[in-house]
Amino acid sequence: MELLIKNGLVYDPINGVDGEKMDIAVKDGKIVGKVDEFRAKTIDASGMVVMPGGIDIHAHIAGGKVNSGRLLRPEDHFRDYEPKTPITRSGVGYSIPSTFTTGYRYARMGYTTVMDPAMPPLEAKHTHEEFNDTPIIDKASYPLLGDWWFVLEYLREGNIKECARHVAWMITSTKGYAIKLVNPGGLEAWGFGGNVTSIDDQVPYFCITPREIIRGLCKVNKLLNLPHTIHVHTNNLGKPGNYTTTLETLKCVEDLADEGKLAIHITHCQFSAFKGDDWRTFESGAEDIANYVNAHSHLTMDMGQVIFTDTTTMTADGPFQFDLYQLSGNKWVNHDVETETSSGIVPFHYRRKSYVHAVQWSIGLELALLIKDPWKIFLTTDHPNAGPFTAYPKIIAWLMSKKAREKTLKKIHPRARSRSLLPSIDRELSFYEIAIMTRAGQAKALGLKNKGHLGVGADADIAIYNFNPETTDQSKKYKALRMAFKRAAYTIKSGDVVVKDGEVIKNAKGATIWLDVKTSEQAEISEEMKRRFKEYWTVEYENYPVTERYLEVSHPMTVKADV
Amino acid sequence: MISLYPKREFKFPIIAECINPNVFAEKKPEEISKLKVWEGNKQKTIGELFQIEEQKANPSENEAITIKGDLSKVRKIGAGMKSGEITIYGNVGTHLGEEMKGGKITVHGNVGGWAGSMMKGGIIEIHGNADGYLGAPYRGSTEGISGGKIIVHGNVGNDVGNHMRKGIIKIYGNAGQFVGFRMHKGTIYVQGDCGDRAGACMKDGTIIVGGFIESVMPTFTIDSLKKKVKVEEGEAVETPFYLFLGDLTENGQGKLYVSKEKNPHLSHYERFLK
Repeated sequence: MELLIKNGLVYDPINGVDGEKMDIAVKDGKIVGKVDEFRAKTIDASGMVVMPGGIDIHAHIAGGKVNSGRLLRPEDHFRDYEPKTPITRSGVGYSIPSTFTTGYRYARMGYTTVMDPAMPPLEAKHTHEEFNDTPIIDKASYPLLGDWWFVLEYLREGNIKECARHVAWMITSTKGYAIKLVNPGGLEAWGFGGNVTSIDDQVPYFCITPREIIRGLCKVNKLLNLPHTIHVHTNNLGKPGNYTTTLETLKCVEDLADEGKLAIHITHCQFSAFKGDDWRTFESGAEDIANYVNAHSHLTMDMGQVIFTDTTTMTADGPFQFDLYQLSGNKWVNHDVETETSSGIVPFHYRRKSYVHAVQWSIGLELALLIKDPWKIFLTTDHPNAGPFTAYPKIIAWLMSKKAREKTLKKIHPRARSRSLLPSIDRELSFYEIAIMTRAGQAKALGLKNKGHLGVGADADIAIYNFNPETTDQSKKYKALRMAFKRAAYTIKSGDVVVKDGEVIKNAKGATIWLDVKTSEQAEISEEMKRRFKEYWTVEYENYPVTERYLEVSHPMTVKADV
Repeated sequence: MISLYPKREFKFPIIAECINPNVFAEKKPEEISKLKVWEGNKQKTIGELFQIEEQKANPSENEAITIKGDLSKVRKIGAGMKSGEITIYGNVGTHLGEEMKGGKITVHGNVGGWAGSMMKGGIIEIHGNADGYLGAPYRGSTEGISGGKIIVHGNVGNDVGNHMRKGIIKIYGNAGQFVGFRMHKGTIYVQGDCGDRAGACMKDGTIIVGGFIESVMPTFTIDSLKKKVKVEEGEAVETPFYLFLGDLTENGQGKLYVSKEKNPHLSHYERFLK
């Protein structure tokens, strides 16, 4: 099928296109130089913004934890439901939408690729089954390896090469995409009711520190030539004063970055940028982090922007979730995933009138605005932890319009308002910068070569928004801007128009992207390892790997490792 | 005033949020008949299911709806209403007056579960029995009643007034188990007998049991013996009551009044009062 998008204002940062009026031609799901104008279906995009399909680097959309969240919160769903239509299936929202609804809602906002950031290897099959039921968008998942017994043991022995081979085997057999570390070392300690409080604390029974885990896996990542860096949820997350831990985490891999290359991604940085000694003296540490980020080039991060709403927090960080339960008194789930990781779920309501929540809201935006280079910070809410992904248009409006920020500022806790840096920041992001933060930058950080841009040969994932920056000032008309990003005029996935005027008009299956890591030597699967699988896991070694047959639309990326 | 009569016996659940005086206001019967409702998985209009009659009345009765017939399959009548009046002669389905903010609903018949769920104001008066979860929030939610009044002249099921935050529920018959589970504030009065575990996990508020209760939870502690108890302004029960405080597992300050006369088996608590 051929498609021609005419006269749109194209924002394609990877190819340096900044709001040029041009045509985009699509053939067989790829972007091409030109198509036959008479044969191709034409979309008139004059007066509209054309961008590559949105990419979300961090959103919990599938897996055991998300599903437990759905079960825990019937009250989250009953006000937000979507009846079935001839094209779409029925489903419910709000903060933890059902799989089908997740796919439709992302597509309606012009997003076409979403990364689920926390897959306990043991729950890999569950995650992939839910991926199969998440329509339209392409997905991938990061297995949690920061507290995995074998990894900790190899790293303790200093056996980086064997560790790399083992991680390669793990990523390939769980059909994962990147190495995820959540509170490295802390989750293993949580198995014994403890936690680690700095990156130099010892992990009980393993004689290893979080610093060694982070550095070790960073080296492993480099040896394996994985497209994404290590994806780190820092130690001490969600605790006042944790910005120092975040800075230490960033510093500890400084020397591991090759010239101009990335070494680490700090995720939902808002939760890791708290200053103060306790909740009373709590304040923003965004400025310190932004200063560091502006001076270094080995890192990327995402926002984790707080939205004032009722949402559900869920992370693999069991001890943090337990603290949150004690803080909020809400119902909760905490789970020990055998020898791999932990997890927890607590419903949470972010309120404008709460000092702490309002400061958190401010931190996210301060980070995004104070970090000068949009290629280093991406737009997320850590869905659903700080807010559902459906709030992205709101965040885009806050970033692009000072007026929109000031309107919300007026409504928040007065002390948080007077301490916020936001009134002193005049920066308003352009469409070009938003395109970087929501697609191009994320594609680059993830190493997705065919996504996030509109150059010839790229996947034809395109979003068209009905907003004309030539005639409308987004800074003043931020409500129109929000509406435009909420309901894409068109979303095109692999060359098919799937959304028109904010409604899904075609159902499509998205692919599951995974890494096939080729090592020159196979990972050593010793009898000892099999014995331990038998002893400590509920799933035996033979049944452990996820076979490719599990994925309905499998899209492997082959990576050649150096080991 | 609008009157509705079911045209036939309903077999499938009907979701009829639009039967609401605020929605009907200023509408002609022809317009009302076009309002949409769900019958099972099919969308229908009110006109297909009900016969609609309009009676000219004085302006004060403009916002009134009367329904006669068996509505036990019809859910969410009066959901979210802010003013006006609904009178029903017959049985009604679940979620009657869900999230209502004002006005009055009177039912001469029995009512399904979750009547007055998450209500914020207004009055629901039921002259028959009510099923479980009267005035309780949606499953999983902690958003209990935050205002208004529910009066039941018959019996009610289990879990009355879960998570209640404000307002009053009066039951002149018997109540099932878990009356006022996790309540925060407000008053529940049960004139008749009461099932077990009344006030479990309550933080604050008042539960008055005028009839028999088999036992008081062990996490409640006896405070005193009262000569009479005030239910609300202008209504009091003038017989002696034991006052228990709890629920201690939640550091609660809730008051559980239990009739002394009807519960001689609880007299052993009196030794703690000396």
